[in-house]
Amino acid sequence: MPTVTYAGTDVVVNDEGFFENPEAWTPDMAPEIAQNLGIDTLTDRHWQVINFMRQEYLAKGTAPSVRALGKTSGVEVKELYQLFPKGPAKLAAMIAGIPKPIGCI
Amino acid sequence: MADEIEKVAIVISKGSLEGVYPALILANGARSEGIDVALFFTFFGLEAIDRRHYEHLKVASVGNPGLHVATLAGGLPGVSSIVTHYMERKMDHLDIPPIPEFLEMIADSGAGLYGCKATCDLFDLTKEDLIDQVEAIITVGDFYHLAAGGQIIYT
Repeated sequence: MPTVTYAGTDVVVNDEGFFENPEAWTPDMAPEIAQNLGIDTLTDRHWQVINFMRQEYLAKGTAPSVRALGKTSGVEVKELYQLFPKGPAKLAAMIAGIPKPIGCI
Repeated sequence: MADEIEKVAIVISKGSLEGVYPALILANGARSEGIDVALFFTFFGLEAIDRRHYEHLKVASVGNPGLHVATLAGGLPGVSSIVTHYMERKMDHLDIPPIPEFLEMIADSGAGLYGCKATCDLFDLTKEDLIDQVEAIITVGDFYHLAAGGQIIYT
């Protein structure tokens, strides 16, 4: 498992870059992870999605896919893809330090 | 990362419910992985973007061995509707969106939807006959230009 350094702390991630231990994540790591994914600035709208993903994961053990995210996060599908062009659920999960959402839809 | 797929063009040539869903799931799944997507609806696949029909796609209950309905029984009036209704209920249960919502979502995700010019000519369809999410009616040559550099999936 690769180890990367975010906000001065070493964390273990899987081959795709998702955190192995979501507890290791702190909010100050998010901007750095986002930059690695091509998102230069995290706006309030990004944060709304990131926080929502993390809350859902902590409450339910899984994070929502794009469709569920569009329905429940307060950010619609179109804007989700503007905020996270390379895959909203996937990138927001990575930035939120949680595992990749599972599901085909 | 060099082996990652970055772009797909998906051809939808069938107009049955079970003919259209796999392509839409592939398209939506590709976008959620950050893969560029173009959808090319050709022949009976145009049913999926024809505003008169796209809300009423049906499961083929004849000539569909996977359904395990005898051909004669499958051909009785209403059987296709019953099977479709049953499948739609199961899909709703699994939170799989109905075709119209799915198409809207895929378009919102930035995928391009295109109608096939040859088929539109054949069926006397114009852009006004197709749902709003369709960007254009294009030729097969245009399709290959759109698909350039990516993978092509035929369904």
